Amino acid sequence: MRNPYRTQAVAFFFLLLATLLIVVPVGLVVVIIVQKGLPAVNWTFLSDIPRQGMRAGGIFPAIIGTFYLVSGAILFALPIGLLAAVYLTEYAKDNLLTRIIKLAIVNLAGVPSVVYGLFGLALFVVFFKFGASILSGSLTLGIMILPIIITTSREALESVPASFREVSLSLGVSKWQTIRHIVLPNAIPGILTGTILGLGRAAGETAPILFTVAAFYLPQLPGSVFDQVMALPYHLYVISTQVPNVDEKIRYGTAFVLLALVLFMNLIAIVIRSKFRKKKKW
Amino acid sequence: MVTFDIKDLSVQFGHIRALKKVSLAIHANEILSIIGPSNSGKTTFLRMLNRLNELHVKYRMEGAIRIGEDGLFRVDVELLRKRVGMVFALPLPLPFSVFDNVAYGVRMHGEKKKKSLDERVQKALQEAYLWEEVKDRLGESAFKLSGGQQQRLCIARTLAVEPEVILFDEPCSGLDPISTAKVEDAMLKLKSRYTIVLVTNNVKQAARVGDRTAFFLGGELIELDATEKMFTAPGDQRTDDYIRGKFG
Repeated sequence: MRNPYRTQAVAFFFLLLATLLIVVPVGLVVVIIVQKGLPAVNWTFLSDIPRQGMRAGGIFPAIIGTFYLVSGAILFALPIGLLAAVYLTEYAKDNLLTRIIKLAIVNLAGVPSVVYGLFGLALFVVFFKFGASILSGSLTLGIMILPIIITTSREALESVPASFREVSLSLGVSKWQTIRHIVLPNAIPGILTGTILGLGRAAGETAPILFTVAAFYLPQLPGSVFDQVMALPYHLYVISTQVPNVDEKIRYGTAFVLLALVLFMNLIAIVIRSKFRKKKKW
Repeated sequence: MVTFDIKDLSVQFGHIRALKKVSLAIHANEILSIIGPSNSGKTTFLRMLNRLNELHVKYRMEGAIRIGEDGLFRVDVELLRKRVGMVFALPLPLPFSVFDNVAYGVRMHGEKKKKSLDERVQKALQEAYLWEEVKDRLGESAFKLSGGQQQRLCIARTLAVEPEVILFDEPCSGLDPISTAKVEDAMLKLKSRYTIVLVTNNVKQAARVGDRTAFFLGGELIELDATEKMFTAPGDQRTDDYIRGKFG
């Protein structure tokens, strides 16, 4: 005879198992990187330039480079992505063209990052003659994270109840005022979630910056947006595969700093988000 | 004070015909009750008067509506909705404080001075018979009020932009009898200064507050007459059946 309680226990076991299978590898990655990387991290490592063929010294130029690139990418992608999302949810008519555009945007999120790298090389580096520069790299990363930002922003905007809009319009308030004062403030937490996802992706990708900005070794800091910079993911790739005899400590230390930088930038967004969530009253 | 004149109004949503050749006039300073079973086109008719149906993608309409001397579609839509306010079936506070809910429309229409905002909010809350209950809670979230208070807050929010007409779309469908009585009280007292159109599922409510009552069935206007006559000697058998609760 079937015992519903036993069935439930079995189902519960498998659900727990699946969760553990996700949590354990993620936890291990963090543990290993912290364990092996943390000893390498000290003030010199964070503030000095790489020395002795990148086998000693620090990674300061790469930290600054990644910070600039991610900031530039967000500065470019967030306003444009948000405006596009507002247009698509609030203004665009629901016709075949709009649906194709929405589908295309969702699919763009799945395009391999190396394709964006080649695209950035052709468009920004060569066609617009920005050269290999922070500008080219930021724009390439920005375009790569645009679909993420548009898709999550659209979901955030659509999740604002239609009744709020109806109430606002029924008071004779204009559509733009309704979007500005009712829809956008209530969508900010969701929009920031998209920003966090985009930020993490922009900080971690190597391929898009490979052809557009990243320098193999460049100890001095950039003077303008038309300069090249070092970047953490590419630096990690270089010292792991291109330079022989780099101490394991330095490699894991670099990975640790990259993780910490992404976490730090995410934390800013999370703090802002939780402030807005507290204000949410429905 | 404005009046509406509606001629041969038909409305379609996709293939569904919601209203069929409805003609009627709404007089100034009256309470016109609209009764009828679900899907009889009452709400569609109401949402025609402030052009909210246009938010529906597949909406199509035929016929003519005049507001005062003007064609409904000649008036700027935002100005029209400012003149023709609406209270919805469920209490729908905006995610702000009590004060900001009432002040919202006024602010959006350009009023910035704190003092006149305070005055308009207090006046609107008094007109909606809510002031005494919330005067010490103006800074609280509107969602903390009870259902009946929320609905009167929505009435105050509508009154604050100083409309000429107020459309009530089953305003008491989610309320208990005591809250319902309070909302009805508010409506009766508003009559002297506003034209009121009340859609209701509650036949007795129409009998209590309406000057005239219209009966809708299947998207058609079956009958429109003085409330007293409708409830004592209706001209149509279907009206009689509905009022007596034989169907619907």
